[in-house]
Amino acid sequence: MPHTLTIAQLTDQLANKKLSSREVTQACLNRINDVDDRLNAFINLDPEQALAQADTADTAIAQGRTHAEQPLLGVPIAIKDVIAVQDQPLGCASKILGNFNSPYESTVAKKLRKAGAVMFGRLNMDEFAMGSSTENSAFGPSRNPWDTERIPGGSSGGSAVAVAADECIASLGSDTGGSIRQPAAHCGCVGLKPSYGRVSRYGLVAFASSLDQIGPITKTAGDAATMLGVIAGHDERDSTSVPEKVPNYSAEITDNIKGLKIGLPREYQVDGLDPEVKAAVESAVNKLEALGAEVREISLPHTDYAIATYYIIATAEASANLARFDGVRYGARVDGSDPEQMNRKTRGAGFGEEVKRRIILGTYVLSSGYYDAYYLRALKVRTLIQKDFLDAFGQVDLIASPTSPTPAFKIGEKSGDPLQMYLSDIYTISCNLAGLCGISVPCGFSSGGLPIGLQLLGRPFGESDLLRVANVYEQSTDWHLKRPELG
Amino acid sequence: MPSNRSSKATSTKTDRMQFDLQHVVKLARIELSAEEEKRISPQLSEIIQYVEKLNELDVDEIEPTAHVVQLTNVLREDQPRPSLSQDDAMRNAPKSANGLFVVPKIVE
Repeated sequence: MPHTLTIAQLTDQLANKKLSSREVTQACLNRINDVDDRLNAFINLDPEQALAQADTADTAIAQGRTHAEQPLLGVPIAIKDVIAVQDQPLGCASKILGNFNSPYESTVAKKLRKAGAVMFGRLNMDEFAMGSSTENSAFGPSRNPWDTERIPGGSSGGSAVAVAADECIASLGSDTGGSIRQPAAHCGCVGLKPSYGRVSRYGLVAFASSLDQIGPITKTAGDAATMLGVIAGHDERDSTSVPEKVPNYSAEITDNIKGLKIGLPREYQVDGLDPEVKAAVESAVNKLEALGAEVREISLPHTDYAIATYYIIATAEASANLARFDGVRYGARVDGSDPEQMNRKTRGAGFGEEVKRRIILGTYVLSSGYYDAYYLRALKVRTLIQKDFLDAFGQVDLIASPTSPTPAFKIGEKSGDPLQMYLSDIYTISCNLAGLCGISVPCGFSSGGLPIGLQLLGRPFGESDLLRVANVYEQSTDWHLKRPELG
Repeated sequence: MPSNRSSKATSTKTDRMQFDLQHVVKLARIELSAEEEKRISPQLSEIIQYVEKLNELDVDEIEPTAHVVQLTNVLREDQPRPSLSQDDAMRNAPKSANGLFVVPKIVE
């Protein structure tokens, strides 16, 4: 069952010639064939192209290339449909991009290619990464492999489903307000959102530019370290990427966590917190304490304002970023008698309802007469939220919380009530507002058999600490080994 | 910041009443069906009402944060270098001719 392997296990077997990249790639393709009609993780797949990349990797291995030189040589990695891979479709799970095929390569794809990865498939998502359930896809919802009546989380739902269901070895997602961590939690995977500026966004279709980050979804913390090591680093094509040294994450995660200080925010005891989620996270924190961490209560006084702040800033930025989808230069077009009518009709027919809602809201908060009352005020509250975290990180090294207040909800349960959907992002969005890094790791199951995620937040560029704690926790628990039964 | 954006209203009720979906939709260049308008309008009102909780905070003395990383302009020598070819740049165009994007007539 080569498709069930982790990156670490697979590269070991590839290096020892126990397995070829073609075999593991074919195993993933077979698995997709067997289960994806029930899960809908992939919205596009080119098996020939995948196998051709695998053959290239096998040739390189035969010629003596090592995984020290190319850490992902021969490893099948699937990509969220918001990241450009040269000559592959790029649609953001939207109708408005039509049959767009990317004429260029994102920096992360370039780095994965250089590391030898087999980049395959276009993974389902909430349209333009706007949503928390993957129900806002023009290609239908993805389904949670632990219970196919339930959402997998979002917006990187397909990325989490594909990893949880062993349809790929690891995947890339993007996270603007929790879109990597929350689906990872709901599907029982590891999801890492790197710090703002850690990974180049060149070739990531922009949603909210001051918040977006690309990151991996994997089966283990160690695999997340390997992936981050490959994709991190400064890029002259993304002026927001920071010229900060990339540590050897894989080497740094093995240390113990003695004396590491973990903070529990008092304000995170919210009304909607599910008792089973609360218990699982408390038990995980106790475990970390037993492993040598020091746990203390902290305060993040502006927590209650984070969702409002986020939905003003993110929609404002989205309204500007998505202005480019006008039917002129690429994608689908609906004709009109003049250019403006053509724009309006194209955008009316091409965007789904959540995207429209957010563009309209973002346009409103930036419009003449309302800019100061909404947008400028939100930027000021963002300063207060960031300061809360700076103060907290003066006392502790990491912050622990649930990733999501509840396990995965039912498909359709919240889709008619956007505000309720937004409120479920309470634990994940501050991380993006403050530019922190965050990770979700499996920490238990509900009585209904649904995965629960523990979120750890770290200082900007503190990914090593996050991965280390996640790795140490994983070594002493077996939540991450559980797999959904799909037959 | 442009000076014509006047500071407006801390009174939440007035703001809400002034939310004019037709006007904003025109600014956003999105055509909505009557059905969509009917559904989206109350949802947006509810969301706007929710985000107005930020009015509880006194932020007069607080500096805005547009970006969490201190960014400075990144400059390089202005020298020609390879870029996307015209064919590649045009290849996803819904309508093009002679290397140009074709749009509906703008002036009669």
